[in-house]
Amino acid sequence: MMATTWTRPWFWAFAAAALAFAATVVLTGVQGAGGLLVAALTFASFSVLVGLGQMAVITMGPGNVDLSIPAVMTLAGTLSLKLMGGAAGTELWGLLAALGIGLGAGVANYALIWLLRIPPIIATLSASFVFQSVAIWSNRGLRIKPPVSLAEFSTGSTLGVPNAAWIGLAAALVFWMLIERTAYGRRLSAIGQNARAARLAGVPVEGVRAATYVLSAVMAALAGFLLSCFSGGAALNMGAEYLLMSIAVVVIGGSSIAGGNSNVPGIWGAALFMFLIVSMLNSYGLGAGVRLILTGVIIVAIVVAASGRRLTP
Amino acid sequence: MESAAPVVSLQAVGRAFGAVRALSDVTLSIAPGEVLGLVGHNGAGKSTLVNIVTGVLPPSEGQAIYAGGTPREAGVRVVAQELALAPNLTVAENLRIPQRDLRGLMWRGKARTRIRSALDEVFPDHGIGADTVVGDLPLAKRQMVEIAMAFAEGGPAPRLVILDEPTSSLDASRADQLLRHVHRFRECGGAVIFISHILHEVFAVATRVVVMRDGRVVDDRPAGGYTRTSLVEAMGHVAREGARERRIAASGVEVVSTPEGLRAGQGEIVGLAGLAGHGQAEALARLYLERTSDWRGRSPVPAAFVAGDRARDGVMPIWSIARNLSLAGLAMLRRAGFVDRAREARLVADWRERIGIRTDDTGRPILSLSGGNQQKVLFARALATGAPLIVMDDPMRGVDVGTKGDVYEMIRSEAAAGRTILWYSTEAEEMTLCDRVYVFRNGRIAAELRGEKITEERMLAASFDMGEAAA
Repeated sequence: MMATTWTRPWFWAFAAAALAFAATVVLTGVQGAGGLLVAALTFASFSVLVGLGQMAVITMGPGNVDLSIPAVMTLAGTLSLKLMGGAAGTELWGLLAALGIGLGAGVANYALIWLLRIPPIIATLSASFVFQSVAIWSNRGLRIKPPVSLAEFSTGSTLGVPNAAWIGLAAALVFWMLIERTAYGRRLSAIGQNARAARLAGVPVEGVRAATYVLSAVMAALAGFLLSCFSGGAALNMGAEYLLMSIAVVVIGGSSIAGGNSNVPGIWGAALFMFLIVSMLNSYGLGAGVRLILTGVIIVAIVVAASGRRLTP
Repeated sequence: MESAAPVVSLQAVGRAFGAVRALSDVTLSIAPGEVLGLVGHNGAGKSTLVNIVTGVLPPSEGQAIYAGGTPREAGVRVVAQELALAPNLTVAENLRIPQRDLRGLMWRGKARTRIRSALDEVFPDHGIGADTVVGDLPLAKRQMVEIAMAFAEGGPAPRLVILDEPTSSLDASRADQLLRHVHRFRECGGAVIFISHILHEVFAVATRVVVMRDGRVVDDRPAGGYTRTSLVEAMGHVAREGARERRIAASGVEVVSTPEGLRAGQGEIVGLAGLAGHGQAEALARLYLERTSDWRGRSPVPAAFVAGDRARDGVMPIWSIARNLSLAGLAMLRRAGFVDRAREARLVADWRERIGIRTDDTGRPILSLSGGNQQKVLFARALATGAPLIVMDDPMRGVDVGTKGDVYEMIRSEAAAGRTILWYSTEAEEMTLCDRVYVFRNGRIAAELRGEKITEERMLAASFDMGEAAA
């Protein structure tokens, strides 16, 4: 078993995350390790939520990418917090509202792609301007706090593991089942390998594509809801860093950019790594410029290492 | 006459892939002015032999000796079975890939001249522009370009051209042009290795026929030394001549009726004939797409499609044999959204057995199979859906005689069980197996032939303008 583990595409993401963790702990000492782990699990879970949706989209092959994730996060966070108004007993409605916003945004994205036949990159990008504008218009600079119960839940832990991480783990499990065990997952992979051949084999290509863009938007909305509860309120730029993050965790996690091949465990490895690499470089006291360059170089190295492994027969 | 020094000679060549012996103890030489017909089943070792002659694979035993040093210098050229043009480049630009002497500022002009004159020579009236992007060409024209490239001047001149299933997507008249060119090439002292499952083509051009079986050369004689039957026997199959009594269509229920006049009854085998690229494939694709949904996988599956262009329309390259096989039937294998994996495994095992896919493990990648066996998987994919309508888009490309016989048998028994088969083929011989044939010309149905009237002559006549009276 050990002989084959390291050839798995997700191995490199987890190995790199472990290395970054070790390197940080060496410097900061063992007493900081627990706190670092909790922080990593918490922040990684937001990346996991958006990364899973993006993974499904990217699996459909070249040209498929969801650029509206940050805007959907912001919109869902802003509107659901406004709806709840910080009052107790509104939590479920807030969550449902956020998910509903995700659903609507996903349908809007796909409608643009399908009706206007424009490339998904353009469609999701232009839709995201609309989403962002609605968020700005409804927010008007207000900072509404989440209900106390939600704020406590999203920052709290169960059995020593942050609640956010439990949600990220559950979502990953659901996606794993979806990708590996359902007809939808098979069809998604078929479309990514060869959309034309998939259609000729009876795959309902448009139905699967629509479902996938909706799925991605719903995951972004869930992440936005959770993040705004976690950070004590929605902010208009709260989604900004999750655009590149969602794509990076897919790529580093070992899913194929060429499509057809998705990798759920890798999303978690990559999300942990993306957080840990920044905290490692931070604790070594490197400036922002150097930090960004090193982050880039390390990402490229991991992608090369992972793909190199897969190319050897 | 040229000297008889062979262009290439193989001496006790063997090749193994891991534990699998693809080729053993092959001694063979090809002299200028020879056309070597190479026949054998899928997996008999023909492709491996080609790869050794072209130098793509080094032999694991024995050696290959060339007249000019390396295969390239000896003028060895190959037209592979799976077409290998770069789809994003133009016809002329593709020539740059094998011909490395096309360089300098004006290389495009030179390439254009070379490919044009080669196309004119091999396929008069080809209608292919040198500046057309290859991806925009239909399959038959891509195959013509690739063949012309192999015969084009430039670099070391072609002295041995290997044609691996060169006519698989060409219609009869283009195939004929190619065979005539092979003759001319031979008379000028060129050598050709001609691989084809279409035996009358082999008889038409070969001066010598080599039969391969299980990685060995089992027979090697002048072409005159065989009859069709003895050749098929040498390949290891009993000929099934005359087993072609005509079936009467089962019922009068009409299953297909299109505005363009295409009709098919339940249990009927309906052929779409005519020259390649006259709208048959488009008519089939349209029909299939209308019957199936873009939005929902329906169960029971209303129609299934068998692709002929495997790479473009059929195979899922990163998947296993099993997943490729079950794809079209997913709608029926679904239970609450999940794939019922036990049922899937039974379905795959059942069809592997029924259609005879040569593998001991259907968990292997589909690309580990030879082309003919991949095609069997695509057949199984369509038939396993249980769909009442099977649409086949020239599905016998690169399939060997034995497999073809099995598949014909299967098509007939599926039709007898009440399924309707729509079948487009570039091989007129296959069309004579149908109950009814529509001959296409310029995107329209030019003639409808039934029963005894389905003959190669009538189909050919209707393919050209003089054939109006054929029906």
